[in-house]
Amino acid sequence: MTLPDDWEMVVGLEVHTELRTATKMFCGCANVFGAEANTNVCPVCLGLPGSLPVLNERAVSMAMAIGMALHATIAPSTFHRKNYFYPDMPKDFQISQYDLPINAGGYLDLPDGSRVSIERAHLEEDTGKSTHLGASGRIHGADRSLVDYNRSGVPLVEIVSGPDIRSSAQARLYASELRGVLIATGASDGRMEEGSMRIDANVSVRHAGAPFGTRCEIKNLNSLRSLQRAIEFEAERQVVLIEGGGVVRQETRHWDETVGATSTMRVKEEAEDYRYFREPDLVDLAPDAAWQRRVADSLGPMPAERRAAVVALLGGVNDAQRDAIDVVIDLGLERYVHATAAAGGDVAVAVARVANELAGADDVSKLTEAAFVATVAMEASGRLSATQAKSVLVDLLASGGDPVSIAAARGFEQLSADSLGDVVSTLIDAHPDEWGRFRDGDDKLAQFFIGLVMRETKGRANGKAVIAELNARR
Amino acid sequence: MNATTMAEGVRRGELSATALAEESLRAIRARNDELNVFLHVDEDGAMAAAARVDDAVKRGVDPGRLAGVPIALKDNLCQIGIPTTCSSRILEGWRPPYNATVIDRLIGAGAVAVGKTNLDEFAMGSSTETSAFGPTRNPLDPTRVPGGSSGGSAAAVAAAMTPLALGSDTGGSIRQPAALCGIVGVKPTYGLVSRYGLIAFASSLDQIGPFATNVADAALLLEVIAGHDPMDSTSLPEPAPSLVAHLRDGVAGKRVGLVRELIDGADAEIVAAVERAAAVLVDGGATVVELSIPELRLGLSAYYLIAPAEASSNLARYDGVRYGLRVDAQDVTAMNEATRTAGFGAEVKRRIMLGTYALSAGYYDAYYGQALKVRTQMRDAFKRAYHEVDLLLGATTPSVAFTFGSKTNDPMAMYLSDVFTIPTNLAGEAALSVPFGRGEADLPIGVQLLGPGRSEAQLLAAAQVLEDAERGS
Repeated sequence: MTLPDDWEMVVGLEVHTELRTATKMFCGCANVFGAEANTNVCPVCLGLPGSLPVLNERAVSMAMAIGMALHATIAPSTFHRKNYFYPDMPKDFQISQYDLPINAGGYLDLPDGSRVSIERAHLEEDTGKSTHLGASGRIHGADRSLVDYNRSGVPLVEIVSGPDIRSSAQARLYASELRGVLIATGASDGRMEEGSMRIDANVSVRHAGAPFGTRCEIKNLNSLRSLQRAIEFEAERQVVLIEGGGVVRQETRHWDETVGATSTMRVKEEAEDYRYFREPDLVDLAPDAAWQRRVADSLGPMPAERRAAVVALLGGVNDAQRDAIDVVIDLGLERYVHATAAAGGDVAVAVARVANELAGADDVSKLTEAAFVATVAMEASGRLSATQAKSVLVDLLASGGDPVSIAAARGFEQLSADSLGDVVSTLIDAHPDEWGRFRDGDDKLAQFFIGLVMRETKGRANGKAVIAELNARR
Repeated sequence: MNATTMAEGVRRGELSATALAEESLRAIRARNDELNVFLHVDEDGAMAAAARVDDAVKRGVDPGRLAGVPIALKDNLCQIGIPTTCSSRILEGWRPPYNATVIDRLIGAGAVAVGKTNLDEFAMGSSTETSAFGPTRNPLDPTRVPGGSSGGSAAAVAAAMTPLALGSDTGGSIRQPAALCGIVGVKPTYGLVSRYGLIAFASSLDQIGPFATNVADAALLLEVIAGHDPMDSTSLPEPAPSLVAHLRDGVAGKRVGLVRELIDGADAEIVAAVERAAAVLVDGGATVVELSIPELRLGLSAYYLIAPAEASSNLARYDGVRYGLRVDAQDVTAMNEATRTAGFGAEVKRRIMLGTYALSAGYYDAYYGQALKVRTQMRDAFKRAYHEVDLLLGATTPSVAFTFGSKTNDPMAMYLSDVFTIPTNLAGEAALSVPFGRGEADLPIGVQLLGPGRSEAQLLAAAQVLEDAERGS
């Protein structure tokens, strides 16, 4: 979508990511998704009278890892209380960071070459989760509301970008790249469908070069697709509004995925005064140099660098390969590709197999790098067909072992050239019409004969070898 | 009998914890209707705890340093399964599923918790008159207040219902009632005693501390409850200090500052008592100098911004959603409002409004921000004073116990009864009140000793000198 005339959108994103700590931010309760409601709770995360928070050091380490990955400055910081009433927030205040966040400044470079500045990435606690029963699905007008406090006190890092984003596609790219960075730091699993990464988008429009327009904040976008659609809708809505003589009100808006539109949640005049003040139950946070060094040392390369490394192995890449590499990096499975390259194997085949067969597996722990490399080598040398190689990998993923024995056990040893030649000759004799058309130049019929050979040999033939046999008889 | 003697007797098998518990419960039954000291008496729990102590002794196991000593707990301390109200309707019916750290430590030392004592609602008050469950009466003169907010705990000890009690001190809530009831009360250094399980009024000021009839018992109780707790991030890192062992250290060679701002405005008989206390310390070998710390005059106004600001946030959780009172209404916002309107008393509402205002956008800098600056000045002023002297001396209260209703219609007059105690809380330092002399109507006077952080051993040793002089020993 493009905005009409010389309109330009200005977008900044606030991304909340849950940290993958074993326990919650201020208590010892387990931090897991999907447990039975209100089973991972204690006096602290229920905010019972008299309870006190104690900061989880792992959460601090993960927040610093995120900051370092985003080139931010790690600074001495403090915790504040953000005061407002909501039934899923047990203390009726949220412990967050305010004027002194743990990470200040920074940037993220996107694959399209653009750079988005990061204003801050601070620590805070998550709220519980409300379910509103009734027609509205929202708290007002609900027949009954249920609250699950398992999520209450789960550590979050909120990453606030500068207003640097100029298109919905760039916003999506930023969110996707940030997600990759978060996964790479080990701080987040990046699962947007489970709410472990949630996005608020600040959107305004202006004529290029003019001062910023009035912005609207779209809350709680839970997928990259929603993010892109919501921003597009909102920017267009604002342009239409202004061109019709209207004025954009600063407000918080809700994105309805089914309707495909944003609608007003609350206007600025109704905005809460959060009455931030220093959290007196926590002490100041100033990770020393040794702690920071430990975090820095534990940090591996970020996705951009890792993507570049795989691209370098391939030389040039096409779009399909670019997508496949993204999948490989996203899943952190490039060690199989590098092992293949180190063994002098076919990197393109390796990337394709990782992006398809390995990406589809729940667990890759049984597949050794050596077994993967050997499978790719067998496919490249023609000892296994592509189909056979795929099923060998499925077996290796399920139960480990080595590809040579699996191929043998499955009868995947390729036919010798002689027996393949016999099969091809027999089939040519049985299908004289098709053979005649092939010999007259209709190459499409090669697929017909390959299919017959595969059926006859139960998939043990190599397609390329079949074509060679056919051409030899043409 | 004092607590130290009781515990020693029980540990040696010469006294029965069960008998001590029975005696305590008998004393409570005799006067609780009249004085309204306890909101909840846990007779069964107390008898069971006492039986466990006696059983341990029989088996040759040491039940601990407070073996069999009955103790009263201010009703803002969480105890598993025991109704805990903060003297507020809003918490009616709530029973905590966990113990405050101090309660675990008391149980570990063999103490016998007999019940929960009355307080000003959410510890906001200086007379116990703001309790939703009626005021506590001063056992020494039931027409007068016991002080507050820990009035119930002070009265329990003054009425000999229990030899020990725990209170909490946010602006004087242990020292002031101790003074008005003629007993010893200690406000420890901020962080010395874990706040885990103390229902917060103002988190940066609250501190749990002991009440006792004498200095040695207070030292013993403080030793038991003090020391690092990983559940409280503001807890000091070290183990409990040695206090009992230093009770006889005396004051020889100590420099004591008699602070003008801590006696100005006090009744003449109280000023005279403080001056007599100074003379006793001089007799004990101390040097007493008169000092002025003008910053202390700013304490009251800073306190009445900082404490309500924190309280407005701490008390937000009483919203009717999860526990305590709920007044149903058409939607969640209305339910929340109806619950808080019905559940909180006038003083609590006043402070929530004050605190909310002080933190509001556009007012923060002028009120809360300014108060924080005053607080820093106060800390610096104390630090300078402690450069010159070891301890400070003053009055605990401007007057002896006052009569009911005499200050309830004038919040400022009530707030002024804490004028001498508030600065210590703002500075996070230590202070205690020890009975010294009598004033109007033969009512007790409390003298206040103040020291820097972690000076409890010195303060208790100095208090011991005053106590010895009072007893003519």
